[in-house]
Amino acid sequence: MLNNFPLWPEQASTMAGHVDALYIFLLIVTGMMTLLIFTCLIFFAARFRHRPGVRAEQIEGSIPLEITWSVIPFIVFMVIFVWGAAVYFKERTPPSGAAEVYVVAKQWMWKLEHAEGQREINELHVPVGRDVKMIMTSQDVIHSFFVPAFRMKQDVLPGRYTVAWFRATKPGVYHLFCAEYCGTQHSGMVGSVVVMQPAQYEAWMNGGSTGPLSATGEKLFAELGCSTCHRADAQGRGPNLQGVFGKPVQLEDGRTVTADENYVRECILDPGGKRVKGFQPIMPTFQGLVSEEQLNALVAYIKSISADNSGAVGKTIKATAGTAAPSVQIQSSTQPKAQTNAQPNGSQVQ
Amino acid sequence: MSMPTTIPQPVERENYLNKEYGVWSWLLTTDHKRIALLYLVSITFFFFVGGFFALLMRLELLTPAGDLVQADTYNKLFTMHGMIMVFFFLIPSIPAVLGNFLVPLMVGARDLAFPRINLLSWYLYIIGGVMMMHCMLTGGVDTGWTFYAPFSTNFTNTKIVEAGLAIFVAGFSSILTGLNFVVTIHRMRAPGMTWSRLPLFIWAHYATSIIQLLGTPVIAVTIVLVAAERALHLGIFDPKLGGDPVLFQHLFWFYSHPAVYIMILPAMGVVTEIIACFSRKRIFGYSFVAFSSIAIAVFGFLVWAHHMFVAGISIYSALVFSFLSYAVAVPSAIKVFNWTATLYKGSIHYDAPMLYAFGFLGLFTMGGLTGLFLAALGINVHVTDTYFIVAHFHYIMVGGAVMGYLGGMHFWWPKISGRLYPEGWARLAALIVFIGFNLTFFPQFLLGYMGMPRRYYDYSHMPEFQVLNVLSTAGATVLGVGYLLPMVYFLWSMRYGKPASDNPWNAAGLEWKTASPPPTFNFDEEPVVTWEAYNYEELDAPHKREVPVAR
Repeated sequence: MLNNFPLWPEQASTMAGHVDALYIFLLIVTGMMTLLIFTCLIFFAARFRHRPGVRAEQIEGSIPLEITWSVIPFIVFMVIFVWGAAVYFKERTPPSGAAEVYVVAKQWMWKLEHAEGQREINELHVPVGRDVKMIMTSQDVIHSFFVPAFRMKQDVLPGRYTVAWFRATKPGVYHLFCAEYCGTQHSGMVGSVVVMQPAQYEAWMNGGSTGPLSATGEKLFAELGCSTCHRADAQGRGPNLQGVFGKPVQLEDGRTVTADENYVRECILDPGGKRVKGFQPIMPTFQGLVSEEQLNALVAYIKSISADNSGAVGKTIKATAGTAAPSVQIQSSTQPKAQTNAQPNGSQVQ
Repeated sequence: MSMPTTIPQPVERENYLNKEYGVWSWLLTTDHKRIALLYLVSITFFFFVGGFFALLMRLELLTPAGDLVQADTYNKLFTMHGMIMVFFFLIPSIPAVLGNFLVPLMVGARDLAFPRINLLSWYLYIIGGVMMMHCMLTGGVDTGWTFYAPFSTNFTNTKIVEAGLAIFVAGFSSILTGLNFVVTIHRMRAPGMTWSRLPLFIWAHYATSIIQLLGTPVIAVTIVLVAAERALHLGIFDPKLGGDPVLFQHLFWFYSHPAVYIMILPAMGVVTEIIACFSRKRIFGYSFVAFSSIAIAVFGFLVWAHHMFVAGISIYSALVFSFLSYAVAVPSAIKVFNWTATLYKGSIHYDAPMLYAFGFLGLFTMGGLTGLFLAALGINVHVTDTYFIVAHFHYIMVGGAVMGYLGGMHFWWPKISGRLYPEGWARLAALIVFIGFNLTFFPQFLLGYMGMPRRYYDYSHMPEFQVLNVLSTAGATVLGVGYLLPMVYFLWSMRYGKPASDNPWNAAGLEWKTASPPPTFNFDEEPVVTWEAYNYEELDAPHKREVPVAR
């Protein structure tokens, strides 16, 4: 049983070391504070225990002491605060060029889809040493994507995207938990993250793909009739979407927003909400007409046609059956600025 | 005044307990001391109901498989445990029992400012409690005590509206108690009882009352919004209806974080009194301890979103809330240092209340310091929603608040009941509670950092968590014994305990200058205060034993 009894979680991502370092620092600092307080308590309790004939000495207080034990802890707290914030910013800012995985959570299951088109349930295969960005949404209630070995957790909300990222450092199979209580089978909403060597990963990736997500999106884009207004060759009744993703967009009401995942999603579900300047409010809502998976595909498609050098994006996707191509396609489609903006809830209207 | 009793021998003075007998003399009383006892009986009932649920949960977690109860049952267990312990035990515990009993006595008043409203607040509590029990017995709720939307508004089919209504009603009881305390402390202090002479117990309750008054309405509003979305499908929280689920969390924690201070501030007040008395000293840095209570109450309102660092809030707002969370830790640290310094050059006695106070200091310190981990953004991401959180808040709310409550019950029991409890048993119970508590909750810190999520009834996918869970369950049974003991010997002492003198601890404070138990209107003559709080120097002076209140 002791084999199953490690007191420290495995470190399997680049963040794990950062989080553990801060954790150990805190263990030392709080350990010293505890030691100090407990030593004083125990020493005073023993030294000044009641003895017949000895009376307590009344002491009013001491302002220098009060200042000392307010200011010193405060300084220590600030060190922790700044360190903690630095780690958090690293945790929350996906690097550009990360491979993308779309996650749809539902009671009580994780559905994952790689940009390359591989679909998985409750299992995520990733290669060692590659940044992976998760673009997550929920079909029903709030869930939370938690991989202890990566020290990574992010709530998954219905109605919008949240983003998380990691870079695995060690091959192995790691727990994936739902950390936000979500109903009856909450504790059954578990799975695993399988970290593989790049070669193995490529082999796995080549088995049974249905084509890249953006190709599915392209097909949908035509099927749903989006392409009749959002024309690629000329400016139609809707804005031309080539090259829009990740760029600032001027809205009818004067605001400027960045066209990130959440913005694209919102425009599909609530076209009137953040209308682009100069266009009529004629687009119907697709709320209830497209599933979360279809939305993801559409978002992936719109991203793919904003890849910088892509006059012929549709064509480059064909290459994804090969090995290294997906990262090429993804690299250019994600600007760091867009990702930081995907975090704040400022992008919500209603 | 009529003759107190017809039984010839031991002539008992007339007091609030023997003045009248009969059910109605209790159910229609406006005496703050009797209402305190009504609360004592009711919260004890809920404490053991909530505790029973906790024990069932710990038994379920003894083995990795979900084999003792069903998933839904387990979900209801932790929900009802949380709702009952928070809203029907912890929040009313010290304020409504000890505060109710002691605030008028300590400020030298005949009663609270609004005695009838005080009785009303108990009835509201009972109505809320009966609704909660009804809700529980007819199906219960499975949302967790945090009842996050949209799960609570559009997905669960359990009785969330009824439970919400129960909390809504009980919330008004809390508001009214707070109102009563604020007015009493402002308006009804005895002549000479200036703000700087008030016992720190009163300062703590004053700060608590402010939170109760300002915070509780927000949870009431939140409950109404949940009910509205559930019943009328108004789009407030569920994105499918056009709402925002994160808004719910902001509203919920705007109350529920300060609510933690409703629980811990009164316990800090209790411990301050006990430490002063049993080290025979004035409190070190009186005004710093007093104002740190106020600072906690104020800052406590500004840190709510530290519960939401992974919930999808902006990283910049997370930064602000992390900073403010460290700011609120400073006044708590000031308190701990001042208590410690009070022991210096004291003359320390180890009676049972002091043992509970020492227990409080140890556990609260650990709870507070682990709060530093959680306020650190980078670590919070990993440990939030795991057992680390569960351990942390139990160290504060059980290790802190319940230790304080038990310490206070022991300290003032002679005043409340007029009897002495058996000292040896009480010391033993304090020790058992301390050991049981640590055994239950310390392993949960380790579990949390290893990554075990909270609210899991089945961990058969991760059997590596079993050893620590077994330790925790073992601790819970020890803790259960520790909590049962005081109830047994308190009850026993009411009949068989030695009669207590007016001031068995030779303690400072007006409540000790009247009889034990006190007469209905507390003081036979209005006291006039001419001394500072914690005047242990005079009390221990060898010759002059001042008795300022003539009886």
